[in-house]
Amino acid sequence: MGFGPHLLLAVLEGLVTSAVLALTALGLSLVFGVMRVVNVAHGELFMLGAVLAWAVATAVGGSPALGFVAALVVAPLIVGAVAALAERLVLRRVDYDPEATIVATIGLLYILQQLALTFYGADARPVPPPFNIRLALPWFGYSAYKLSIVATSAVLLLLSWLVLTHTRAGLIMRATQYDRETAQAFGIPVGRVYAAVFAIGAMLAAIAAVLIVPISQAHYLMGQDPLLLSFAVVIIGGLGSLRGTVVAALLIGVSDGVISMFFSPTLAKLIATLAVAMVLVFRPQGLFGKAAR
Amino acid sequence: MSEILTVSGLDCFYGEVQVLHGLELALRRGEVLCLTGRNGAGKTTTLKAIMGLVRPRAGSIRMGGVELADLPAHEVPKQGIGYVPQGRRLFAEMTVRENLEIGLNTRKKGADTLESVLDLFPLLRERLKQQSGTLSGGEQQMLAMARALCLEPEILLLDEPTEGLMPSMIQKIRETVLALRRRGVSTILVEQRAEAVLALADRVTFVENGHCRETVGIAELKADPSALRRYVGIG
Ligand SMILES: Nc1ncnc2c1ncn2[C@@H]1O[C@H](COP(=O)(O)OP(=O)(O)OP(=O)(O)O)[C@@H](O)[C@H]1O
Ligand SMILES: [Mg+2]
Repeated sequence: MGFGPHLLLAVLEGLVTSAVLALTALGLSLVFGVMRVVNVAHGELFMLGAVLAWAVATAVGGSPALGFVAALVVAPLIVGAVAALAERLVLRRVDYDPEATIVATIGLLYILQQLALTFYGADARPVPPPFNIRLALPWFGYSAYKLSIVATSAVLLLLSWLVLTHTRAGLIMRATQYDRETAQAFGIPVGRVYAAVFAIGAMLAAIAAVLIVPISQAHYLMGQDPLLLSFAVVIIGGLGSLRGTVVAALLIGVSDGVISMFFSPTLAKLIATLAVAMVLVFRPQGLFGKAAR
Repeated sequence: MSEILTVSGLDCFYGEVQVLHGLELALRRGEVLCLTGRNGAGKTTTLKAIMGLVRPRAGSIRMGGVELADLPAHEVPKQGIGYVPQGRRLFAEMTVRENLEIGLNTRKKGADTLESVLDLFPLLRERLKQQSGTLSGGEQQMLAMARALCLEPEILLLDEPTEGLMPSMIQKIRETVLALRRRGVSTILVEQRAEAVLALADRVTFVENGHCRETVGIAELKADPSALRRYVGIG
């Protein structure tokens, strides 16, 4: 295989990473943007999505497609409910204090991790992909499922953008994000908006996780990388900027694919970390973020 | 005249610092009540307490049969109270239309309300798609008032609406206050300029260090404006 096909393969792999990363990071960004809560447990909600996907797919049995579709619907809903519960029981109790919520979500991280270890175990388990089709490109065959991840993610991102910019729910979320107090003075139930946003943020991570389990595996420690990479995306893209999240996810995902292929995965992570550091130093609000108000 | 809003014995704190001490206030139906006092006297805090944005430790805020102090903050505006905060507090990244939609959404008002509000501020009609943060100061103030009027409020709370504006804009805002009064809106207007107080108010309540010192009718105040000097250092 020549350089061109190699590069194409690397870019395709990078796009798959980007697609999953963009959804996960959007959840993190939404939660921070609207609630000013740094959700350290975001990666564990991702992990929970993957573990539940395995559980649901296994319970449903039958054809892989059926099990996968069931997982794609059920797992995010359960994760959303867990997040909403955590919001009510923990975040609200500390009045969304920025520092207290970091500590609280670290606690949540360990609770979710240990629950997964207890009930799911330490094994890594795959979920069969809904379909097994290989697209025959001239140079190599490529999994159609992987491409469908990219397409699904693109559709969900577009949908999120439409909801945020063109619906009443989006307007209410943006108003809450911009000025919580004034939002209340115009009848917006900020507490309910927060619970919904926290659940939606978790569901985005869970959806991303369900999409990825057929090509990776569900494991109780799988939340670490998505958390770190999501932070990288959110820092580079700028908090609360959907466009920034997508661009940064593409940047990190594709460069990760290419650098991993031609050099080493370690170098790819190193460069991503360096990029984060550079952005923090030279443009702390992120590439697309607005300077702090 | 009957009272539409009655505040009594209001104690408010920021942390452990008490800023309102047993504050008393009565807004009569259809009047413009000016709330006047020096910087830091507690005027804004009083309006925030009415809106439920600052929780009083003691006291009562009654509107009709409803105890507003018992309601969650987001239920207060739904009772028919439009709030124009100090410094306007627009959703600056949103368009003019979106700001107005947030106002309309509060009491589920529709296109008719929007039309009548825009008739009052024709300038905004041409700028519906403009990002509100890019409006001039006067236009922003109009938008803040328009947003509050999208509730079709019975009560309007205006916190220093002419602060930092050009004279022509100040004139426009004042005309609007009087036009709303003719329509029967009851207004609490926080205002520090003597000539504005004298031009707009039906009654004036003087606030000092978180206490209501006295409330006087406008005729009385015009006859003896010394209170303005005493509590505000003007007039
Ligand atoms: N968020 C806050 N935290 C702590 N103290 C506050 C806060 N807001 C206001 N204060 C204090 O409460 C007191 C009353 O403030 P308030 O804003 O109600 O005064 P005001 O009469 O509206 O003044 P101004 O004319 O300057 O607007 C002041 O001493 C102020 O410093
Ligand atoms: Mg004030």
